[in-house]
Amino acid sequence: MLMNILIPVAILSVLGFVLALVLGYSADKFKVEKNPKIDELLFVLPGVNCGACGYAGCENYAVNIANSGAPLTLCAVGGPPVAEKIGDIMGVKVSTVDVMVAYVKCNGDCNKSKDKYEYHGLMDCVSASALPGGGAKSCSYGCLGLGTCVKVCDFDAIVIKDGIAIIDENKCTSCGACIKACPKNIIESVPINSRVRVACNSYDSARDAMQNCEVGCIACKKCENTCQFDAIHVNNNLAKIDYAKCTQCNACVEVCPKVTIENILMINKAKRDKTA
Amino acid sequence: MNILLIFINAMLVNNVVLSRFLGICSFLGVSKKKDAAIGMGLAVTFVMAMASTGSWLVYKFLLEPNGLDYLKTVAFILVIAALVQFVEMFIKKASPTLYEALGIYLPLISTNCAVLGIALLNVQMELSLFGSLVNSVGAALGYFLAIVLMASIREKLDRVSNIPKSFQGLPITLVTATLMAMSFLGFQGLLK
Repeated sequence: MLMNILIPVAILSVLGFVLALVLGYSADKFKVEKNPKIDELLFVLPGVNCGACGYAGCENYAVNIANSGAPLTLCAVGGPPVAEKIGDIMGVKVSTVDVMVAYVKCNGDCNKSKDKYEYHGLMDCVSASALPGGGAKSCSYGCLGLGTCVKVCDFDAIVIKDGIAIIDENKCTSCGACIKACPKNIIESVPINSRVRVACNSYDSARDAMQNCEVGCIACKKCENTCQFDAIHVNNNLAKIDYAKCTQCNACVEVCPKVTIENILMINKAKRDKTA
Repeated sequence: MNILLIFINAMLVNNVVLSRFLGICSFLGVSKKKDAAIGMGLAVTFVMAMASTGSWLVYKFLLEPNGLDYLKTVAFILVIAALVQFVEMFIKKASPTLYEALGIYLPLISTNCAVLGIALLNVQMELSLFGSLVNSVGAALGYFLAIVLMASIREKLDRVSNIPKSFQGLPITLVTATLMAMSFLGFQGLLK
């Protein structure tokens, strides 16, 4: 009885062992000399193979840096720290780039922008946005909150709260997956140190915006007139900040009647709650 | 069974991809470019010939005498996986261009059910060593034929035809594969 178990186990083990010996021997015999920098580069790269650099995974990017001089700062996940390490390995000084994060340009949660009709379809923004009016939400530009971006995020950085997507900037690696996935084009890549942002994506006229959402931009231009640095402009009924010029003085945040412009350090959280 | 019959049967009548539906993954994956398809076909031919010989020997001299018929699937997977590793190292050394062209599909051969399927079929059909070698080379050439035909069709489709947007990419490939499988059905009349 015992032999019935032991013999097969022994035979398979011996077989495996012999094959392992052959493989080990041939791994040594057929060794290919490759650029030793590739292994070093692979060690510093994050290894998530997201493809944000434009190459097929981290190894491919490492090979291209080492052999064909690909740009050193393409790794969005690793950001400046990784770019610096890559520079050290390649013996080049890297000028660090601004860290970018994804930002959802919408604050119209379930209470602020009501639904036009009840949606009972797939829990997926792409299919919902194909319906009349671009989805159930009153504002046809707003976040549908069905979580298509949550599903594509490899870093667990997005949650849906009260019907809108919120990005955890500590976890966001700016890989751009959500930006591509969002059918409303509502997610934007912004510099992480820009604290003042316009939380609206609506090109509706003032009247429609007023009707559709409590916190939508009504293009009143108060921000544009208040800004001393020429950093915010209203075009097509929507305020937009030029992050290169913005000094984060909060003047526009203070003056915005609809609390559309926010300082994401939550200075205006209290103000917004009061309005609501 | 006569050797020629085994060969024709494996290559055309019971084509491994288009009649037995084995190895579909690489068949769809590597059939975008003819050059890569030829490389993949050759790699599969090489691996299949070696794998069926190896697995036949293991079966005949190790498993059958000990009454371990039931272990053949596990043992064959082991043999095939090791062989693929070996082939990968060999190609990496011998032809880096081919290695680049095959990309991630070379390791896929180790989980290619066509290779395992043929090794198991050899044992099931109770072929001799030579018979199983002929059977597996025939099957591999059938795979080669199917994937090269497919790659040629796809190259031509991409170049000249105006495919509706909803059919571009994988859908048209699957439709093509269906039509190819149906036309290969015609070979069923070859053997009676």
